[in-house]
Amino acid sequence: MLDIKNLSVSYGAIDAVKDISLHVDDGEIVSLIGANGAGKTTTLHTITGLVPAKSGSIMFNGQDLLKTKANRIVTLGMAHVPEGRHVFTRMSVQENLEMGAYSLKDTSHVAEDLDKVYTYFPRLKERRRQLAGTLSGGEQQMVAMGRAMMSRPNTILMDEPSMGLSPKLVKEIFRIIEKLHDEGITVLLVEQNAKMALSIADRAYVLETGRITMEGKASDLLHDEKVRKAYLGA
Amino acid sequence: MSGFVMFISQIFNGLKIGSVYALVALGYTMVYGIIRLLNFAHGDFIMIGAYTLMLSIPALAAMGMPAWTAVIPATLVCALVGVLVERLAYKPVREKGNSMTALITAIAMSLLLENGSQAIFGADYKTVPTIVSIPTLTIGQLKIDGATIVSIVLGVVMMVAMQLYVKRTKQGKAMRAVSEDKEASLLMGINVNGTITLTFAIGSGLAAIAALMYCVSYPQVSPTMGMMLGLKAFVAAVLGGIGSIPGAMVGGLAIGLIESLTKAYIGTITGGVITSAFSDAIVFAILIIVLLVRPSGLMGEPETEKV
Repeated sequence: MLDIKNLSVSYGAIDAVKDISLHVDDGEIVSLIGANGAGKTTTLHTITGLVPAKSGSIMFNGQDLLKTKANRIVTLGMAHVPEGRHVFTRMSVQENLEMGAYSLKDTSHVAEDLDKVYTYFPRLKERRRQLAGTLSGGEQQMVAMGRAMMSRPNTILMDEPSMGLSPKLVKEIFRIIEKLHDEGITVLLVEQNAKMALSIADRAYVLETGRITMEGKASDLLHDEKVRKAYLGA
Repeated sequence: MSGFVMFISQIFNGLKIGSVYALVALGYTMVYGIIRLLNFAHGDFIMIGAYTLMLSIPALAAMGMPAWTAVIPATLVCALVGVLVERLAYKPVREKGNSMTALITAIAMSLLLENGSQAIFGADYKTVPTIVSIPTLTIGQLKIDGATIVSIVLGVVMMVAMQLYVKRTKQGKAMRAVSEDKEASLLMGINVNGTITLTFAIGSGLAAIAALMYCVSYPQVSPTMGMMLGLKAFVAAVLGGIGSIPGAMVGGLAIGLIESLTKAYIGTITGGVITSAFSDAIVFAILIIVLLVRPSGLMGEPETEKV
């Protein structure tokens, strides 16, 4: 389980995340929703060590992530699908997926895992020799998700997986997230598309200018008057 | 000697010096690729490699070892100097300053290495003992000396090896990943700083092998010998497309060939108006023309990146 307590993060004089506490239990889908600039991405970046924390603690299955080097976090079973995909554009689709398995000491399952990713995303199999930079946004999102799956994670952080995608592709991506969840993978999902996020999540937190202003069962938040007004356009 | 034989032997000359440029350009391009820094001290690593050859050949000979084994200490010393330069000078500047401060640090490092070795060894040219004695290859009228054969073969072997290393090995793939996206590389579990250090070690080690190839033909060392070599190799890297490994190879060989053919024929072609003394000017003029037509170099990818 992931347990964040009293986390604060700042960029110079600007406080991006202010004293937030949240937890994700094993097997849950927890969603973090909020407007642009609320601190959602910063929170994920701090969890995986890309940004240093100012204060607070982040514990993951008994390990103190704030004391773990960024490149060691994936070896603890946590994968991060970053905002904007960050695929390796000059590598082929398959090389990108293989990079996902970079941290594994035991490489005997890599071929099998590749097959699994290709059954989740048949389109990637057709394009496995193509450079990732030549793919569409939706396909790059699939590469980023498949690459995360290749590290055999127990927990995946997803940052805005629906960004810039057509409604049809958004549905497909969310269907895959549910499928990963059904396999027992824990998901922390950051989304601006609050409606979609709340519809698949167990619980959710609402982040506003760096603070958590609401939390609860996703189904409750989906029907909450304030959330509906602010994030669901209803 | 017939005109054709003369032409072929000029081609071999060009490939010989071109192989040296290509290996040095490889180091330039690998370092640029991974941290977007033009390491102006890279040419001086050749000089450090050459002095190490000069000092270690007699020592190894005393132990009964053949002279060419001096390439091992030379490679190790260059790799070590490259790593120290990165860790002590470039890394702190990269983390605190911007790309311009890093560039100026690289120029300062180049001057430091040149003046440092002048303080140690003096400004005069010194002779490097004979490294290999391979007989001249004679095909009909064509004579190719041993030094040329050694340089071209070594150059080709190193280039193929580097290409395979970067394309096929786990570390090579990590290098490509880090050169493209450091954050995503961290998320994959790649030790980014370790990979940068390794790139410096390999790039600088290649300069030592280039030093061997150079000294086989021109057995002289001086503190400033790396300046022009480094500059030509830089031109080769830019011509081929900086950041591209095949580009560095093509660029290096192209510069070598252009230089050699210009030296041999420019006087005759222009009726003595332009002499072979202009060969460097012509090399740089060709660079300018290529960059006007293809700003990202022959094999580089168009990039909206500041240098």
